[in-house]
Amino acid sequence: MKQIIKRTKAYYCVECGKCSGSCPVARVNEGFSPRVIVERALSGMKGEIEGDRELWTCLTCEACTTKCPSTVKFSEFIRGMRSSAFNSGYTSRCSQGGLLHSIQRVQSYRDIVQNRLQWISDDLKTSTEGEVLYFTGCLPYFENLFSGFVNPLEIARSTVKILNKAGISPVVSPNERCCGHDLLWTGNVETFQKLARLNIEMIKESGASRIVTSCPECLRTLKLDYADFFEGTDIEIVHISEFISSLIKNNDIKLNRAGIMTYQDPCRLGRHMGIYDAPREVIKSMGELVEMNKNREESSCCGVSAWATCEGNSKLMQIERLIEAKSTGADMLVTSCPKCLIHFRCAVHNQIPVEKEKVDIPVVDLTVAACRALAGE
Amino acid sequence: MTEFSPRIVAFCCNWCSYVGADLAGTSRLKYPDNIRIMRVMCSGQVFPSYILKALELGADGVLVAGCHIGDCHYVSGNKKAQERVETLLRVMKTLGLDPRRVRLEWISASEGMKFASTVKEFVEEIKELGPNLLGVR
Repeated sequence: MKQIIKRTKAYYCVECGKCSGSCPVARVNEGFSPRVIVERALSGMKGEIEGDRELWTCLTCEACTTKCPSTVKFSEFIRGMRSSAFNSGYTSRCSQGGLLHSIQRVQSYRDIVQNRLQWISDDLKTSTEGEVLYFTGCLPYFENLFSGFVNPLEIARSTVKILNKAGISPVVSPNERCCGHDLLWTGNVETFQKLARLNIEMIKESGASRIVTSCPECLRTLKLDYADFFEGTDIEIVHISEFISSLIKNNDIKLNRAGIMTYQDPCRLGRHMGIYDAPREVIKSMGELVEMNKNREESSCCGVSAWATCEGNSKLMQIERLIEAKSTGADMLVTSCPKCLIHFRCAVHNQIPVEKEKVDIPVVDLTVAACRALAGE
Repeated sequence: MTEFSPRIVAFCCNWCSYVGADLAGTSRLKYPDNIRIMRVMCSGQVFPSYILKALELGADGVLVAGCHIGDCHYVSGNKKAQERVETLLRVMKTLGLDPRRVRLEWISASEGMKFASTVKEFVEEIKELGPNLLGVR
C-alpha cells in the first residue's frame, strides 16, 4: 500500500474534501467519500479499505483528479487498492452477475477461436493485413447481451463504413481479444496482462501502424496501459472521433445537417485522454451543439464503469444526466462510448422513479450519427 | 491412458428436477456419476454467469433442469431460465465455445426415468466432445 500511496502521490492529500465535493457517487451515496478512503490509507488501514464494499463503488471517472489541488491521482490509487484487494481474495460486485468479466477472462485463453466477425456485411470492406486496424472491442458481446434495447454492432458497421468512405479498408481480426480494461480496473492484473500480450501479438501480425477504436476505454487501455507491452514499436492509436474530425477538416467527407444535439463526455475520452474538441467538431459539422450545464471536465459520468457495481445509485446518476440532457431541448444525446450508450438506454428501458417523458431523449453514438449523416448516402 | 470422465454441473430446481433426481435414486435407476447436482430454488435464478463460470472453472458440461413450462412453482421462472440460457448460448457461440456443452431440460418430480436418461445421454455427448478446453490451462 505504501507503494501505491507513493505512486499516486496520495501523501500530498490535505483533506480539503474537493474530491468528495466533486464526486458524482458521493452526491447520491452518503457512504462513499474519496477523501475518507485516502485518509484511511494514509493511516495504514489496509484491511479496512480492502474489505470495504465502497472500494468497488468508485467510477474512476477522474472528476476528483481534475479538481485535486494536491494532484493526487485518485482513480489510480483506487486501481492499485483494488488489485491489492483482489490479491487478498476480495472481488468486485459485478453487474450482470459477473458474466461480462467471465467473458473477458475466457478470452484470455490462447486456444479459443472466437466468432466475432459475424457483423461484417457484404457492403463493408475489410482486410486481413494492412496499415489501419479497427479494434472493435467488446461490441459483438454487447450485441449478444443487450440487443433488446441497443444496437451495439451498428457502431462497428458505421465505423467501417466511414473508414471505407475515406478509402481505408481496415484490418478486423478474428483473433482480437478484449482489451482488458474492465479486468484491470477491477483488480485482475494478471488476466489483463495475458489479454494484452495476445492483443499485441495480433496487432504485430496484422502489420498495422495505426489503430482506430470506437471505444474510449479501448483507446485509454491501448494507448496508456499497453505502453509497456508495445516495447518501442511505433503505433498510433486514435479514437474514431479524432479520425472523423480530421476527415472533415480535410474535406474528405461531408456531413448533412442532423438536428440539435447535446454531448456526453465519456470519462475515459474526456478526463482520462483529454479529448474534448474532436467529438464536438464532428457534432458541429452535422448540426447544432447545445451543451449541458455539466460539460467537458465537469461532465457527469454515466453511472457504471468496468461493469462493477450497478445499483440504485447508478440509476439515479443516469436519470439525473438524462433529465439534464432532455432539458437542453436537444433532439438527441450524442455520446462516443458504447458503454455510456448502454447504461443510458438501460436506465430508460427499465422501471424508473420518474416519468418517462422527462428522460426519453434518444441516445445515439457519435459514429452512428455521423454515418447516418454522411452526404451522398 | 484412462478414459475421459467428464465433470458435469447440474443446476436442478427445488420443486421438480431435484425431486426427479431423488426419484431416480429411490427407484434405484442407474445413471453415470459424472454429475454434480446443485439444488437451486428455481431454474430462473440460474444466471448466465453461473453457467459460464462453471465452464471457466473446468466443468465439461452444464445441465440446467427445471419444471415443465406452465408448471413452474413460481409461475414463470422457467421461462426466464429459457431466455437466460438462450442469451448465454449466443455469447458462447461468439466466444467459440461449443453450445452443446450447455443443456436446458424440463424434468418434473415424477420423471425419475427422464432424469436418468437425460444424464446418460448428456454424458455420452460430452464424452464425444472431449474435455473442455478452458479446464486445461
